[in-house]
Amino acid sequence: MSIVLITILTLAGLGALAAVILYLASQKFKVFEDPRIDQVEEALPAANCGGCGFPGCRAFAEALVKADDISDLNCPVGGPDVMSTVAGILGKEVGKTDPMVAVVRCNGTCENRPRLNEYEGATSCAVAAALYGGETGCSYGCYGLGDCVEACDFDAMYMDEETGLPVIIEDNCVACGACVDACPKDIIELRKKGPKSRRIFISCVNQDKGAVAKKACNVACIGCGKCVKVCPFDAITMENNLAYIDYDKCKLCRKCVPECPTNAIHELNFPPRKPKAEKKEAPVNTPESSN
Amino acid sequence: MLKTFSIGGIHPADRKISAGKSIEVLPLPKRVAVPVAQHIGAPAKTEVKKGDLVKVGQVIAKTGGFVSANIHSPVSGKVFKLDEIVDASGYRKPAVIIDVDGDDWDESIDRSETLKTDIPLSSEEIIKKVGEMGIVGMGGATFPAHVKLSPPPGKKCDVLIINGVECEPYLTSDHRVMLERGEEMIVGVKILMKALNVTRAVIGIENNKPDAIKHLQKLVQHESGIEIQPLKVQYPQGGEKQLIDATIGRQVPSGKLPIEVGAVVQNVGTTLAVYEAVQKNKPLIERVITVTGPGISKPSNFLVRIGTPVSQLIEAAGGLPDNTGKVIGGGPMMGKALTNLEVPVTKGSSGILVLPHEEAHRKPVENCIRCGKCISACPMGLEPYLLMIETEKELLDRAESDNIMDCIECGSCSFTCPANRPLLDYIRLGKGKVGQIIRNRN
Ligand code: SF4
Ligand code: SF4
Ligand code: SF4
Ligand code: SF4
Repeated sequence: MSIVLITILTLAGLGALAAVILYLASQKFKVFEDPRIDQVEEALPAANCGGCGFPGCRAFAEALVKADDISDLNCPVGGPDVMSTVAGILGKEVGKTDPMVAVVRCNGTCENRPRLNEYEGATSCAVAAALYGGETGCSYGCYGLGDCVEACDFDAMYMDEETGLPVIIEDNCVACGACVDACPKDIIELRKKGPKSRRIFISCVNQDKGAVAKKACNVACIGCGKCVKVCPFDAITMENNLAYIDYDKCKLCRKCVPECPTNAIHELNFPPRKPKAEKKEAPVNTPESSN
Repeated sequence: MLKTFSIGGIHPADRKISAGKSIEVLPLPKRVAVPVAQHIGAPAKTEVKKGDLVKVGQVIAKTGGFVSANIHSPVSGKVFKLDEIVDASGYRKPAVIIDVDGDDWDESIDRSETLKTDIPLSSEEIIKKVGEMGIVGMGGATFPAHVKLSPPPGKKCDVLIINGVECEPYLTSDHRVMLERGEEMIVGVKILMKALNVTRAVIGIENNKPDAIKHLQKLVQHESGIEIQPLKVQYPQGGEKQLIDATIGRQVPSGKLPIEVGAVVQNVGTTLAVYEAVQKNKPLIERVITVTGPGISKPSNFLVRIGTPVSQLIEAAGGLPDNTGKVIGGGPMMGKALTNLEVPVTKGSSGILVLPHEEAHRKPVENCIRCGKCISACPMGLEPYLLMIETEKELLDRAESDNIMDCIECGSCSFTCPANRPLLDYIRLGKGKVGQIIRNRN
């Protein structure tokens, strides 16, 4: 009988002692955590995509709480709504961020860019790029093995079987930039979505000299510089035989588009041109073929 | 019991169909394209311009640093232009394109066939000469030879190893060099021994080349310090670390160079080039290269000027068979598929292999069945299946600690895998990424 009692008392005593020690330890080593971190995290979309530049939504929430000025922090998935909620919680100013969207800067479809060899290594653009310049004469263009599609967590991309190129589904794209990082050839770029989703960009990344580029691909930028000249806003620059449109400067006047001899400049979501206003015929770009 | 290396290894069928064909001199091409980066290290800087007249052996591009090599004109004629050409992997690389006119050699080059056996130059002079003459490792790695001959301070070389293994199936250029140019090559060995100041040299040869073993054994009977070491056939015995293990039983530690265990390895072709450079003042402007394959009507070993288009070699070997599926630069294990046939022969080209359609394709990839065959095959003691997964999942720190950088890209793992997994494809990618991380860290 007494053994049972002793056992119970000893265990109870030990338990009480441990509780006291644990309590004291937890007081001593208490980490203060700003309760706003939880609140902010709650407000974020929990996509954990890394589009903000932080490893996950929690880390971004911590950064938001810590930073005095959050105007250059942005959650591309949540967009302005989420950012203003966050700003409300923290009592800070949000920056004005233009909505962005990914664009594929290669139009080297099977038709435009003849295949010269056949790749049958591992299905990964990164592996292929570590090995060689690709199936066509253009060593800058898309390998079509879909690393970008694989990287997208938002169902915003698919491979077009016919063209062999990735297509971006604008409505789903949250501009997290995962595809941009995944592409070994730097083909995908985040660009300003533009008013009514209208935007103009050069759908080519080939830096070879004009004749070489043209031989490899019908729709390559040949670096002729016509677009640079015609642009009234100095938005187009030329580097390494490749034109580039600065989306901050571009006013969407569309003057460059018909100027390009190889139809390398794509316009998206514009209404059709009035035929009489144009001397040349504008290239027809449906969102599918140009994206 | 014949010696071989101790870890891993595989036994692909050796298919040396051109082994009995003596070296033929290929007629001069009409135009050559000489890339200015034919070696590991800094590209050479072009010294000529459009319209210049050049002689055979004249420097056309000067070394771009210590780890780099001069490039000499392989032909005489007029510089047509300096331009970019498409290389074997489809990228564009700068090259000097020369229209061939006659065959006018620089006067300083001794073109006689007399064997010059005494070596007047001192060790330093030899190393300098080897550097000037643009000699690089001709087994395929193209590492500048003079760099290997100059051990870093504090390191001492005590044995020279000559790589006569030629473990790649199909290739026979080194085999032919040993048979037909053995006398000169042995002088080359002595020159290298003098440069390194060593008294011992071991020539490792796999025993599928008994004629070469016999021939060289006869040549070195009266030479002191040069041994011929017959080796059991096993791939990749030609890897530096494997060869050192096989011939002298020393293991080079992970991440270290052969000099760590007192060895320097040079290939047979390189040794011949060293002889010609030091004794005859002849730069590296031509090399022996095997053109072979199951469908090739006339498998051959050609002596070819650098810069000759591959298409011309295939033509000389009887032309491209109709059912060609793939043309490989190098051997079937480590060679790379060529994206076009106009790529030029370079200092590192050891063979051209033409494969028919049936043999040119990969089999469908299946899931890893964890059989561990890749691990047993890996001569570096790595775990290829794991390295592939780590690369795929971007676990690069783990790949690094699992020694991904030790991989010599021999392809034994991919060759062995019953599930046809593209192991080396991924490991190569992982090596690139881990290498980048290591460079950024330093
Ligand atoms: S855009 Fe880049 S990642 Fe996407 S399929 Fe093309 S090469 Fe691959
Ligand atoms: S007009 Fe077209 S081809 Fe010419 S530079 Fe501009 S994008 Fe390139
Ligand atoms: S390729 Fe690399 S991992 Fe594969 S067997 Fe060779 S050394 Fe090992
Ligand atoms: S050999 Fe192939 S199937 Fe076997 S463990 Fe290695 S990767 Fe897996």
